[in-house]
Amino acid sequence: MSSSSGVAKAPRGAQRPAHSTISGMELEECYGPADVSQDPGRPGRYPFTRGVYPNMYRGKTWTMRQFAGFGSAADTNERFKYLLAQGSNGLSTAFDMPTLMGYDADSERAEGEVGREGVAVSTIEDMERLFEGIKLDEITTSMTVNCSASILLAMYLVVGERRGCKRSDMGGTIQNDMFKEFIAQKEWICPPEPSLRIVTDMIEFCTAEVPRWHPVSISGYHIREAGSTAVQELAFTLADGIGYVQAAVERGLDPDEFGPRLSFFFNVHNDFLEEVAKIRAARRLWAKIMRERFGAKTDRACLMRTHAQTSGVSLTAQQPLNNVVRVTVQALAAVMAGVQSLHTNSLDETLALPSEEAVTVALRTQQILAAESGVTNTVDPLGGSYAIEALTERMEAEAQAYIDRIDEMGGIVRAIELGFPQSEIADAAYEFQLATDSKDYVTVGVNGYTMDSQAHDLEILKIDSNLEREQRERVVAFKVARNAAEVKSCLSALRDAARSGANLMPPLLRAVDCGCTVGEVSDIYREEFGVYRDPGTI
Amino acid sequence: MRSSGSTGIPGPSSNRGILLSENAIRILVAKPGLDGHDRGAKIIARALRDAGFEVIYTGLHQTPEMIAEAAIQEDVDCVGLSILSGAHMTLFPKVLQLLREKGADDVPVFGGGIIPDEDIDELKQLGVREVFTPGASTEDIVDWIRREILPLA
Repeated sequence: MSSSSGVAKAPRGAQRPAHSTISGMELEECYGPADVSQDPGRPGRYPFTRGVYPNMYRGKTWTMRQFAGFGSAADTNERFKYLLAQGSNGLSTAFDMPTLMGYDADSERAEGEVGREGVAVSTIEDMERLFEGIKLDEITTSMTVNCSASILLAMYLVVGERRGCKRSDMGGTIQNDMFKEFIAQKEWICPPEPSLRIVTDMIEFCTAEVPRWHPVSISGYHIREAGSTAVQELAFTLADGIGYVQAAVERGLDPDEFGPRLSFFFNVHNDFLEEVAKIRAARRLWAKIMRERFGAKTDRACLMRTHAQTSGVSLTAQQPLNNVVRVTVQALAAVMAGVQSLHTNSLDETLALPSEEAVTVALRTQQILAAESGVTNTVDPLGGSYAIEALTERMEAEAQAYIDRIDEMGGIVRAIELGFPQSEIADAAYEFQLATDSKDYVTVGVNGYTMDSQAHDLEILKIDSNLEREQRERVVAFKVARNAAEVKSCLSALRDAARSGANLMPPLLRAVDCGCTVGEVSDIYREEFGVYRDPGTI
Repeated sequence: MRSSGSTGIPGPSSNRGILLSENAIRILVAKPGLDGHDRGAKIIARALRDAGFEVIYTGLHQTPEMIAEAAIQEDVDCVGLSILSGAHMTLFPKVLQLLREKGADDVPVFGGGIIPDEDIDELKQLGVREVFTPGASTEDIVDWIRREILPLA
């Protein structure tokens, strides 16, 4: 742990202007009518600056969707049921690193990582156990998984069908945003082009077969966590969205049909005004992109529905109880910005995956905002504030400038290949660290207001050390019990689709149904599409 | 990207970021395991470079074998491991063991990430020289290297 030395050190980075946002955006002393040029309009009307519905939370509060996953499928199933019993009204699944990278628990690459950062799912049997006793045509489920998303979605749908749910009744979201993986979160199997093909296959399949599903959740969250500014988060997220819509249109899909199923996911960081403005600017920009760039005729296709999560990276290991306050401020910003669903981080997440007590406080924070704070009683209460509207306009303009630069490069795939968003984020992350080191930016408990004893006595969630061995044994036993010939023929059908360009989802559904695992399907992707490697630029 | 006397900043197509400066010890910044949290590793790599050290960054998703191999091939003076996946109790000892097997157990290993206090004690007993956790400043790390590693090199 760091401690305050009390010695002032010269800053190495450029000094931040006083009165700037956490992203370094300098604010005016006071805003007035001359600073606002656009009419923010009405909630529920294009371009949706003030919200996607006319009545917003007066009709229905946001979905309180706590991201959860650790250990075995049975451990996480228990946490899911606890969260539902406490009033959570949507599920959100965190998978472990091997699952996220397309390795089975019995792979050498999985060693030490099984069930550590999320729940271990290698087989359809794990998926069945994960959702045991949960009605898949009643609850909506979000799954945070990207390069192996096609496999996990196939498993989820097959589990539902085995229980008699109709595909058309199953609702949820799969993150499946590969562009931001290359830009920020960095879990991948194959290079950008084939990754985009798989995402487009899923958009096409879900639009036709699983109409209540969001086949991609275009995510700024990880971009911000990787160290971007708020404007970069906004710009790169929308540039990623443009890339997916472009690919789907080139596939022959109609933006009015698939557009309403695209969803978004933003970070809510510490800087209250900047965050509210960011999400309002995102809605307005996206609406214009869908209408003006892609010719969407319906308002539904232009309307940006978004999930939000409070910022993990803003939490501190020092004086961790203070994190409850940070999460509250961030969650309030998300609500004032009009998000559709929200995850609030737990106070102990900078130390480990959240304990049951910590996750309960996080959920209660949302419930207090909804039930007690009164901010849900009128729609977009900050709308018309000179500062908020001026900031919204400024973020829109600055994000548009980034989008124009990416267009000039030839689009987001090319920009990623050039390393452009990656290096912009790395620069911003480094600048922020220098601002922290020089105390230009003060984080309570870290580089200001420190105490001699900052240690915590929180009870931290422990992952059972036997879990990895048990999960490996389960996977091995599952593989032995399968019909080997059927597995082989399903994998070969999948390989044929990979080569021919046919939609991968139908053969993938058959493959997971007959027992093909996350690792085996990912191996087909690796063999057919190649493996992407980190450029490793600093 | 700024550089101090750099002889070559690789583009995205190369596999490593090798940044050279004068009078420097060589440090391998390595990212073992499957997680993609490279914000910290990259910040540390830049800070060490800006402090005048030679920094070699492995990039993400390295196996312990790849890291030990890189440490020997690049003839580094120390190895910094960044782990935020919870796999530190598996991956740190493996890197130490492989360095020992390859006759490079004189190369000090330090690390950082989300690592609980009790695991830090155990890792230090196993031979990890220092572990930096969230909130450590880049200056703390640079100062530690000047104090503890520079005299050994």
